[in-house]
Amino acid sequence: MGIATRRHLLGMADLDPSDVERILETAAGFEDVVERDVKKVPTLRGRTVVNLFYESSTRTSSSFELAAKRLSADTVSVKAAGSSVDKGESLKDTIRTLNAYRPNIIVIRHPHIGAAQLTARWSDAHVVNAGDGKHQHPTQCLLDLYSIKKRLGRLEDVKVAIVGDVLHSRVARSNIEGFRMMGLDVTLVGPPALIPPGIGEAMGVRVADDPAAMAEADVVYVLRMQHERMEPGQNFVPSLREYARVWGVSSRRLRPGQIVMHPGPMNRGVEIAPDVADSGASLVEHQVEAGLVVRMAVLYDLMTRPSIGEVIDLRERTGEWGAA
Amino acid sequence: MTRLALRRSDPADLLIRGARLYDPVEGLDVTADLLVKSGEVAQIADAILPGDGVRVVEARGRTVLPGLVDPHVHLRVPGQEYKEDCATGSAAAAQGGYTTILSMPNTDPAIDAGATLEAALERAETDAVVQVGFLAAVSVGRAGETLVEMRDLADRGAAGFTDDGSPIPSARLMRRALQYARPLGLPIALHEEEPSLTKGGHMHEGAVSAALGIGGWPGVAETLMVARDLRLAELEGAHIHLQHLSVRGSVEEVARARERGVRVSCEATPHHLVLTDEAVRSLDSNVKMNPPLATEDDRRALIEGLRSGAIDCIATDHAPHAIHEKEVPFEEAAFGVTGLETALPVLLEELVEPGHLPLDTVVRAMTTGPCDAFGLERPALRVGAPANLAVWDLEFPWVCGERPWRTRSANTCFGGRRMRGLCLLTIAGGMVAHEDWAERPMGAA
Repeated sequence: MGIATRRHLLGMADLDPSDVERILETAAGFEDVVERDVKKVPTLRGRTVVNLFYESSTRTSSSFELAAKRLSADTVSVKAAGSSVDKGESLKDTIRTLNAYRPNIIVIRHPHIGAAQLTARWSDAHVVNAGDGKHQHPTQCLLDLYSIKKRLGRLEDVKVAIVGDVLHSRVARSNIEGFRMMGLDVTLVGPPALIPPGIGEAMGVRVADDPAAMAEADVVYVLRMQHERMEPGQNFVPSLREYARVWGVSSRRLRPGQIVMHPGPMNRGVEIAPDVADSGASLVEHQVEAGLVVRMAVLYDLMTRPSIGEVIDLRERTGEWGAA
Repeated sequence: MTRLALRRSDPADLLIRGARLYDPVEGLDVTADLLVKSGEVAQIADAILPGDGVRVVEARGRTVLPGLVDPHVHLRVPGQEYKEDCATGSAAAAQGGYTTILSMPNTDPAIDAGATLEAALERAETDAVVQVGFLAAVSVGRAGETLVEMRDLADRGAAGFTDDGSPIPSARLMRRALQYARPLGLPIALHEEEPSLTKGGHMHEGAVSAALGIGGWPGVAETLMVARDLRLAELEGAHIHLQHLSVRGSVEEVARARERGVRVSCEATPHHLVLTDEAVRSLDSNVKMNPPLATEDDRRALIEGLRSGAIDCIATDHAPHAIHEKEVPFEEAAFGVTGLETALPVLLEELVEPGHLPLDTVVRAMTTGPCDAFGLERPALRVGAPANLAVWDLEFPWVCGERPWRTRSANTCFGGRRMRGLCLLTIAGGMVAHEDWAERPMGAA
């Protein structure tokens, strides 16, 4: 297996529609694994998955860790806080150190773009990007596609309004790319200060600076207001109160049949009203459930197709889930 | 009087035989022999007899150009010698066909006082193989608050003043600097960037930054400050030198100011003339510099600016960084790229050969332009002039990154690109600064 062809999931551009279909199908097959009494299959027994998180995370890190454990992989979770990173170790040295354990997969989350690419360059593992700066978060896109397909029964021509802080959102970038690849129709809705200039042309989406544009959508995808990425004095929003009033997604704004998604963690009362978050229209909890099976499917997919064109059959190890 | 320093050795006695001698300012474009005697251009003629003790260099098929002049180099002296120093930086300059370079004062400490300037010049006298001048800072510590002792620094040989690497946010300080610089006859060189618009930015704001999710800075961040400082220079009748222009709006401001008679000179860099922000899609930190690579439209505006004369200098902004400062995620990486060894070769390949710019314009922008801007004597292929010249194989093909570097750092933004032209011999200040015939051995030598 040559280094050049070793497969990674660094961004949605690493996948084509048939890859996405296959991963979503595999994820569906894993549903009964997580439902049963003993929630484990031996598929990745003897494999090692390292989770390396340079940013705080609840759902993504727990979901990756659990996904690896459900597949019987050995997992090591490293958080930057409290590690040698605190002592000033460079990303390269950290990766080289972890690579010495010969992991099969490294899952990395990092506050800066390109960290996953560099991890792929500096290690011998398959790399899964669990979020790099404001760039990409491909497993979020896959789990969102999974959730939409499960609820609506289709992906083709589903109208999605992605609402809010696109500027700081890696979720938005992965979702725009992945949604368009799978035939969904995407409109970005938000104040101009939070929509990067030129993104419509650059990524082939419509841009609306009128909250009324949400009305058209089958799916209102609400982005988190990323306070932590906003430096004081930047005035991205005049006030959270005004943002909530103009752009916040409340039940008043939704029409019947529209579904609402959010990548979490939510700022209740800012970008999403509590009555919406807890309503039947909200897919938020389903998204979290989808996150587990989709990440299992991604780990499985990388190990069964370690390089371009190569397929290894691991199904004899998968126990009863038996998806095709 | 600007002081140019370099290490003294024996002056060259050398006969360059049979080369094309090309100096557009002298109106010279002939195939002839050129004799360097005691470090001066002694004779230009057909079939010169070498005389005793004169080395003969057979240079048929080669081209002799006047030594290039780079008004914008970071030698990292004093204090950051792990990136570059006078020896390695000047060797890189000589390899690139340069005979005079001006080094920037954003050092550690900043060159903001006479003693620091003299120490830097002494290092150049010990180590440098081409003529090195230093600009001094405009403000103490480059902090943008207190003017340096400009008269004292000028008396000790500063080539000009700049807070390069940073803008001068205060219009009042800028105005004061112009008031004090004018009687000294030295330019204020300006890194134009409105800091409140560039905070958090790592690349040009546009379609590419939107798609990648990298913080962008808008082109107007440069243009606003260009417009401000052109007006202040006009008000004070002083000379400003605008460094590394990168966007169309700035070129337009300069063109309009020139019509009003504002005393302005300005630079474009090879990287802004050749690359665009599309290169950032690679996430290669070696295409990260300040100002950032802009759009194709901006790139074309810079080329047009050179053609029209709005832009009169090509400067490398040679900014070496150690590997560990670049081998990190893009947003963590230091701004800056090397450029001395690739400047003319990349321009020959990308702009001259395809016909976008004539060689004449490029050579003038790399000699006359910077010399006029900083009041330096122009290197000339003229009898009686000090020998500042280089012998080139202008057709020599090579690939960037496949030849060893003279610079201490390797952060080129042109890695893997085709280059055209290699400098084989450089004579700076009358002394041989660089010689490498190994690529294509010549008859005698």
